[in-house]
Amino acid sequence: MNLPAALKKISDTIWELPVSYKEGMLVPARIFATEKLIQEMDAGVFEQVSNVATLPGIQRYAYCMPDGHWGYGFPIGGVAAMDPGTGVISPGGIGFDINCGMRLVLTNLTADQVKPKLHQLVDRLFARIPTGVGCHGFVKLSESEFGSVVAQGSRWCLKNGFATQDDLDMTEEGGCFSGADPSSISEKAIERGFNQLGTLGSGNHYCEIQVALPENIWDAERAAAFGLTTPNQVVIMFHCGSRGFGHQVATDYLKLFLSVMERKYGIKLVDRELACAPFHSPEGQAYFSAMKCAVNMAFANRQVILHRIREVFSDVFQSSPDDLGMRMVYDVAHNTAKLEKHAANGHKKEFLIHRKGSTRALGPGAYGLPECYSNTGQPVIIGGSMETGSYLLAGMQSGADAFFTTAHGSGRTMSRHQAKKSFRGDKLQRDMLSRGIYVRTDSFGGLAEEAGDAYKNIDEVVEATELAGLSKRVARLIPIGNIKG
Amino acid sequence: MPFEYRGDIAHSDVAFNAWSNTLEGLFKEAAQATMKVMVEDLTAIQPAEKVQIKLDETNEEMLLFDFLNELIFYKDAKRLLLLPAQLTITRGGEGCSLEATLQGEEIDASKHKLDTDVKAVTMLRYSVTQVKEGWRATVVLDV
Repeated sequence: MNLPAALKKISDTIWELPVSYKEGMLVPARIFATEKLIQEMDAGVFEQVSNVATLPGIQRYAYCMPDGHWGYGFPIGGVAAMDPGTGVISPGGIGFDINCGMRLVLTNLTADQVKPKLHQLVDRLFARIPTGVGCHGFVKLSESEFGSVVAQGSRWCLKNGFATQDDLDMTEEGGCFSGADPSSISEKAIERGFNQLGTLGSGNHYCEIQVALPENIWDAERAAAFGLTTPNQVVIMFHCGSRGFGHQVATDYLKLFLSVMERKYGIKLVDRELACAPFHSPEGQAYFSAMKCAVNMAFANRQVILHRIREVFSDVFQSSPDDLGMRMVYDVAHNTAKLEKHAANGHKKEFLIHRKGSTRALGPGAYGLPECYSNTGQPVIIGGSMETGSYLLAGMQSGADAFFTTAHGSGRTMSRHQAKKSFRGDKLQRDMLSRGIYVRTDSFGGLAEEAGDAYKNIDEVVEATELAGLSKRVARLIPIGNIKG
Repeated sequence: MPFEYRGDIAHSDVAFNAWSNTLEGLFKEAAQATMKVMVEDLTAIQPAEKVQIKLDETNEEMLLFDFLNELIFYKDAKRLLLLPAQLTITRGGEGCSLEATLQGEEIDASKHKLDTDVKAVTMLRYSVTQVKEGWRATVVLDV
């Protein structure tokens, strides 16, 4: 494509749009990408990342990660740090699927042990984890009990037998953002979400059985520290979020912010999807609390799904989850806003970090890391397309400039509409089976949209994050089984 | 064609244009376009259940936003696939309001060819405008 004429190459992996690029930009915009990836970026990235740079209170740069692509409001892969005192909070910088995220779980099984039972495992997972349009979950709750789930996140799961303390320790923020007050959420959000705990959803959400081949271990020391110790070890990776509850929270507050942004706070923006309110305003604080409720719902959702995955493996292999070594490597959140302390002018300063389709990636020694990862850096889980594989990486100390953030996936290059016209879901399923990947889905149309060729090359994306000093490759993981919503 | 999906203005999401001679017609077309993202063949949805809705908004644009979000809400909250059977829009000095009878049935994966779940209506490129031929909307859905 034609890159914007104002785009300046700062280094081999950093590209900058200056404040003169668009009226109202308060800081420059920076995109992390190799020469090849920047050439492949869609025009929406440049438009949207420069829009983000106009948000009141933005600090340093509006960033976009190497998997960046056209989103709504922020680009997917967008990162913005606001001064909490003078800045805004924007639901468009977090997304409708609040705390959509990834979880990686170990087993002590090898591919040779799993392959004879692969179809049985995938069929069972598909039967036991609800997927697809409007699915309801297997955890039956009253609306009032749901209030406890959204206030407590994974802690609720621990109290109710769906989690271990180790699971919580291996989840960002222990699986609960504090300060989630259910009074900030609407009846409608509760009604929409209280029966969806334990559901995968649709679109790019999936649960995948993967193998760590010996030739795909990039950093043996870190891989061992993360639990990858056996050649051809089998792991489970899954991707889902806060379901209809989070979508409704975001919709409710998008509407509220649209009604007060200009009238009450005099904020005019180039894109209504960036609707925002001052962070310390009543509306900003209410959204921050409601967003935390949705974050916690997503942590709880992934936790009860993990519980079910353990049940399925335990059943198929007639062995306890402990005996199968089914320990979590980590759980990372993609779509959040968080108050974090980062270095600025030689001091630690608090920022409100918006991450949309991007992953926190703390370097070695960072505050907030589980002790077992203090020397390695935070595990970072980057999901690729269902055909090509995914990556386990580690946060690096050199990621400080981007507020310790890295990519979250491959990044789409083809619209869903185009993918559906280009691929056939049933054929794709057969082709993948012939390549040793067994997929189950309720939707062949949805499967076609997720074809590998609709995405950027995951190897190039993760290489770019490493070259940019954002995250370091640890292992590449190859899919053998997948359930898709 | 009363609505058309567009791959050129959204990648991860689903964009469509809809148009009609009347505002009521536009709302019906936009409802079809939204539900068709989730269900391949809308004629497979039988009118087994009825839901009455009433919405008030400041303008036509926000009214369509609320209306499409109602369809998405019922899909999650009640597992109902709904389409408008009857729809009236009243426009006055104070804003506009909608009264509609939605009809449809509970999701049945064996019967409805399900496609991709719709999460929300976004404000990206969102517009509802009166044109010479009637009304036109551009909508980007998060999926």
